[in-house]
Amino acid sequence: MIELIANQYSYWISILLMMAGLYIVIDHTNLLKKLIGLNIFQTSVFILFISMGKIDGGTAPIIEEGYKVFSNPLPHVLILTAIVVSVATTAVGLALVVNINKRFQSIDEQEIEEIELEEE
Amino acid sequence: MIGSHYPILQVVIPLMAAPLCSLLPRTKLPWLFATTVSWIAFVISIMLMLKVNTNGALIYELGSWPAPWGIQYHIDAISAFVLVVVTTVASITLLASRQLVENEITATKHSLFYTAFLLCLTGLLGIIATGDAFNVFVFLEISSLSSYAMIAMGDNRKALTASYEYLIMGTIGATFILIGIGLLYMQTGTLNMLDLQVRIHEIDGFRSVHAAFAFFTVGICLKLALFPLHQWLPNAYAYAPSVVSIFLAATATKVALYLLYRVFYTIFGFDFSFDVLNLGYILLPLSVIAIVISSFTAIFQPGVKRLLAYSSLAQIGYMTLGIALGTQAGLIASIIHLFNHAFIKGALFMCMACLLTYTHSTRLVDLAGAGKTMPWTCAAFVVGGLALIGMPLTSGFISKWYLILAILEKDWWWLAAIVLFTSLLSVIYVWRVVEQLYFRRPRPECSYAKEAPPLLLACTWLMILITVYFGIDSSYPIQMATSAAEVLLR
Repeated sequence: MIELIANQYSYWISILLMMAGLYIVIDHTNLLKKLIGLNIFQTSVFILFISMGKIDGGTAPIIEEGYKVFSNPLPHVLILTAIVVSVATTAVGLALVVNINKRFQSIDEQEIEEIELEEE
Repeated sequence: MIGSHYPILQVVIPLMAAPLCSLLPRTKLPWLFATTVSWIAFVISIMLMLKVNTNGALIYELGSWPAPWGIQYHIDAISAFVLVVVTTVASITLLASRQLVENEITATKHSLFYTAFLLCLTGLLGIIATGDAFNVFVFLEISSLSSYAMIAMGDNRKALTASYEYLIMGTIGATFILIGIGLLYMQTGTLNMLDLQVRIHEIDGFRSVHAAFAFFTVGICLKLALFPLHQWLPNAYAYAPSVVSIFLAATATKVALYLLYRVFYTIFGFDFSFDVLNLGYILLPLSVIAIVISSFTAIFQPGVKRLLAYSSLAQIGYMTLGIALGTQAGLIASIIHLFNHAFIKGALFMCMACLLTYTHSTRLVDLAGAGKTMPWTCAAFVVGGLALIGMPLTSGFISKWYLILAILEKDWWWLAAIVLFTSLLSVIYVWRVVEQLYFRRPRPECSYAKEAPPLLLACTWLMILITVYFGIDSSYPIQMATSAAEVLLR
């Protein structure tokens, strides 16, 4: 059991982060904290991708004498794109929170819900 | 030859046009530019469809890098068909949009609005055209991010919270899809969809492939707003600016549905999805619940845009019901409904946009008596409503007919009864609107209302005529859906 955890610790870390992130998104009512949770959730997936491309002792794929074990660079490249996407998402999310704060004077989900209910 | 580059031009033209559009001055120019671009995209999609119909599937290698190393664009019967739907709706919506954008969006933001619109169009077209799994994720996020921005431009401050909620749900959905892609890449070492199809069959039985399937399904269903993952949709459609409601209601969920076809049939294959994992068992009850609950909820909505949004959720249920049957006839019914519903819902949301220009409200009670002051708009709504219910001579009838035939092929009478019963529910919610439009006294402040601007009205009727035309002569969608189903089930 300990071996199972020790040998694949990168996966366990990403699972842990994934659950923590999702929990924050679901549980917190503060809109900013939700975004932070979302970021942790996304980062866990990035770690999952990056760790699967890495091999112990692997180098960059260089076709030369002396280089035998290669790490796969493709997942790293994919994640570079995904990080850009995640930054953009966070930016849009933060812009929305700023505007919500301007027009509701609150960034707490429950308070906003109450304000919305009063309007109807 | 430029003709051989159509698959990439379809996506790249709106993508390149988007930043240019943001530089245009505060005049009619951004509208004119965006509309022209969308019509160019429309022409290209028609060309693609003609090519696919004569020569079969097109494969385009980006930068001539051969697959599986390079990214491949892959246009077959189903993608060509959905491309035509999306570009048609986009070009009609943009043509109609000038007055609406002027009414609802601050003048300084017009060019940015059209930029976001073009980016959203790029994303949707990219999802359909690409044959690379990771590319799908990127385009999905392009279209989603721009739609969050567009929804947030709505008048009401609730648009902001609706957009935020959509952002959270949409990002979780997209990240789930990313996990699915990662797990598949781990097992197969490829991202090319056609390549994935071959390799998944070879390694059948791995737990991580099953997990990937689950992540894909849940992620896409979040985007598709299938019950019980639909909470974000009604508010997003109700508080978005009317142009955005029209466009998203008609296309965004349809493209998610297309993605579902791709994942179930192309990547994992019919046998894996339906025989090994018994997808039907989970999809069928969810679709039925979506149809019944959403139809009931629609009846009790005070606002017409929310009513239409809930009706959309029910219609999505009909489309996934077709998939859940797990037969070719079911798939054809689902594709036909995808096509018909895009135009029906587009037309209905356009009617709402017309009404909004004078009543400044889409609450049911505020629409009282509009039938007298805005006869053409209300007549369009009635025809669109009949199509939604599925009356003969409208395209809605064709989709219900094929769906019921597909259900009866499996001898599930109870299910056919549910479909008919929910059609009756749609009669009720359409009638609630029609009653307000025609049988109530108008509010005094609305008695001066005039007919909607001519261009907007013409576009609404164009959408309506499309639904009526394909209700009378349905050979085109049926023929396209049949060949699309054949491609998917091969």
